[in-house]
Amino acid sequence: MTSLLERRLLFVTGKGGVGKTTIAAGLGLLGARSGRRTLVCEVDAKGNLADFFEAGPTAFKAREVQASLWAMSMDTEESLKEYLSLQLKVPLLSRIGPLARIFDFIATAAPGVKEILTVGKLAWEVREGHYDLVVVDAPATGHIVGQLRAPEAIKELVSVGLVRDQTEWMTELLTDPTTTGVVMVASPEEMPVTESLELIDRLADTHVDVASIVVNRVLPELFGRGEEEIFDRLCRPDDTDALSAAVGGRAGPVLDAARLAVTLRRTRTAHLARLRAGVEPTLPILYVPELFARSHGMRATSQVADRLGEEL
Amino acid sequence: MSELERLLAAKEIVVTCGSGGVGKTTTAAALGTMAAVHLGGKVLVLTVDPARRLATAMGLEEFGNRETKVPTEAFVAAGVEPRGELWAAMLDTKASWDDLVGAHAPDAKTRDAILANPMYQNITGKFVQSHDYIAMERLYELHASGTYDLIVVDTPPTRNAIDFLEAPERMAEFFSSKFLRLLITPYRSRLVNFASKPFYSMADRILGSQFLEDIAEFFILFQSMYSGFVERARAVERVLSDRRTSFLVVTTLESAPVREAEFFIDALSSKKLHLGALVLNKVLPDYLNDDAATNVARRLCVDHDAIAAALPVDVGDRDDVARVLVELGESFLNFQVVAKREAEQRAELAVVPEIVVSVPYLDTDVFDLAGLVGIGAHLWRH
Repeated sequence: MTSLLERRLLFVTGKGGVGKTTIAAGLGLLGARSGRRTLVCEVDAKGNLADFFEAGPTAFKAREVQASLWAMSMDTEESLKEYLSLQLKVPLLSRIGPLARIFDFIATAAPGVKEILTVGKLAWEVREGHYDLVVVDAPATGHIVGQLRAPEAIKELVSVGLVRDQTEWMTELLTDPTTTGVVMVASPEEMPVTESLELIDRLADTHVDVASIVVNRVLPELFGRGEEEIFDRLCRPDDTDALSAAVGGRAGPVLDAARLAVTLRRTRTAHLARLRAGVEPTLPILYVPELFARSHGMRATSQVADRLGEEL
Repeated sequence: MSELERLLAAKEIVVTCGSGGVGKTTTAAALGTMAAVHLGGKVLVLTVDPARRLATAMGLEEFGNRETKVPTEAFVAAGVEPRGELWAAMLDTKASWDDLVGAHAPDAKTRDAILANPMYQNITGKFVQSHDYIAMERLYELHASGTYDLIVVDTPPTRNAIDFLEAPERMAEFFSSKFLRLLITPYRSRLVNFASKPFYSMADRILGSQFLEDIAEFFILFQSMYSGFVERARAVERVLSDRRTSFLVVTTLESAPVREAEFFIDALSSKKLHLGALVLNKVLPDYLNDDAATNVARRLCVDHDAIAAALPVDVGDRDDVARVLVELGESFLNFQVVAKREAEQRAELAVVPEIVVSVPYLDTDVFDLAGLVGIGAHLWRH
């Protein structure tokens, strides 16, 4: 199996809120550090990819935010303009204006057009060799299948013409497991695990390879062997009082916080086990710990990249 | 009566919106459950999210486009006695579109032609955006049926939820667009030689004439349903802006979801839609921000040996105890970093509605009705 960073196009997806952007940014940084010219593209225009690199807002035109690392955000209208000027050699921008409106209209009628403008742009960057690695902060689980299937769907719909011709190479590139892969991000919680397992099933339809699972926000084991017994003792009212007296303040909240941490970890371990049991044993699973970071930013992104690097 | 209870009692439609992963679906299900238990009547929870999450949480094996009643046994198992009934439905895009075409097509022949058109099949089956319109349409239909006293709707993540608010408007605009007329003119009237017009020749080169013909056929067929559609879209819009409808913004206190919540609150206000409440979900406990507790945690990290020495001998080996004390202190301070960040996010929320409720970070998952009732109790408490 081709290792993660040796692929050229990675779609990072997962249930909303699990930290897709964190992982996409971390993978991008890792790629750049390994000397690859790397592009990270945000598809859902939430506009917060920039925060992860602390590098000002991203736009359709890719900007170098670090050595070897470029960032952009997808804009289907811009993508269409670029496509038209490249493919049709439409010279004047004034002519693209009304055309873009018409295509926007057609895109509403056959919404696959928008999806293909997104996937097409990214696949094109890979095909043209502008970057060694393109990492996509892709849409959430509910929407990624529609996007990855877009070239096939368009091919079924459009029997001749330029657009159809374009779908052939796109499908080829997307379904080549040495080139393209999906990175499934999950946090070890019930719904994210359930959705990830469902999505892996549905992705089979797209023939795009699932390259890896990244489990984000794994909580550390709080207590080592035998320590939990001491903790249980300290939770007994008499001992809690003794602790409070020894420390010179109420120890209750600190013990409560520890209990929260222990239970959370335990619940999450069960979900992790379910995730592992639900996928092919050969599918790599990478673990990224809960960072307890003050905010997203270059420092956190760098820590995530470090961890991913160790796991790979 | 709690504030949220009063809100739910006064409304017929409650829409929960917010960023992905903040717990919209669970919140919607918990609200529906509480309404069924305490307010009575027939309550429906409708999920429009493409992912199938609700069934699991509501203790139903699976549910589809048709409404399913949550069995009484589930309530019994949860230890509550509902005054009303709880129903659940999940939006099946394709089935709903087919129903809609069936309802609006002038005759069976047109209906079948539409259902068989490749454009139609692609629009309804494979793509995301068609979800938005049909979701609103289905909500309208369920509301208009008068079967339910309250419908709680779960929505796709924010950016989509905005699309979904605008879907009826866009649909109406779409069908009355001049581009649509431009596009289908050559197919209606053979008098126009469309190849001679630059637009058509350009479109033909890019998309191919077969595709254009499919589009045209689709719209010509659809036009027979045009007035029905536009009328319907307008009606859907009216229901959303009606005072019987309220929107609930759900967020966690993480930066990205909070920003989306603000974005959504703004959008609601500019559309003059009713913002009923803000639900802050998965909030870490207050004691994490307590100064005295922080001091205790810090002291545990520093003076662990002395404190361990002062404890009863039978608590454990002194070195082990000291190590546990450090771990306790560090873990508290770790979680405090997150709690502090949450408090800052909360303070930064500029515009908030009158009703703001917090639901704590629960250390167990919601996997049944009892869990939903538990969350509901927190929502109801305010």
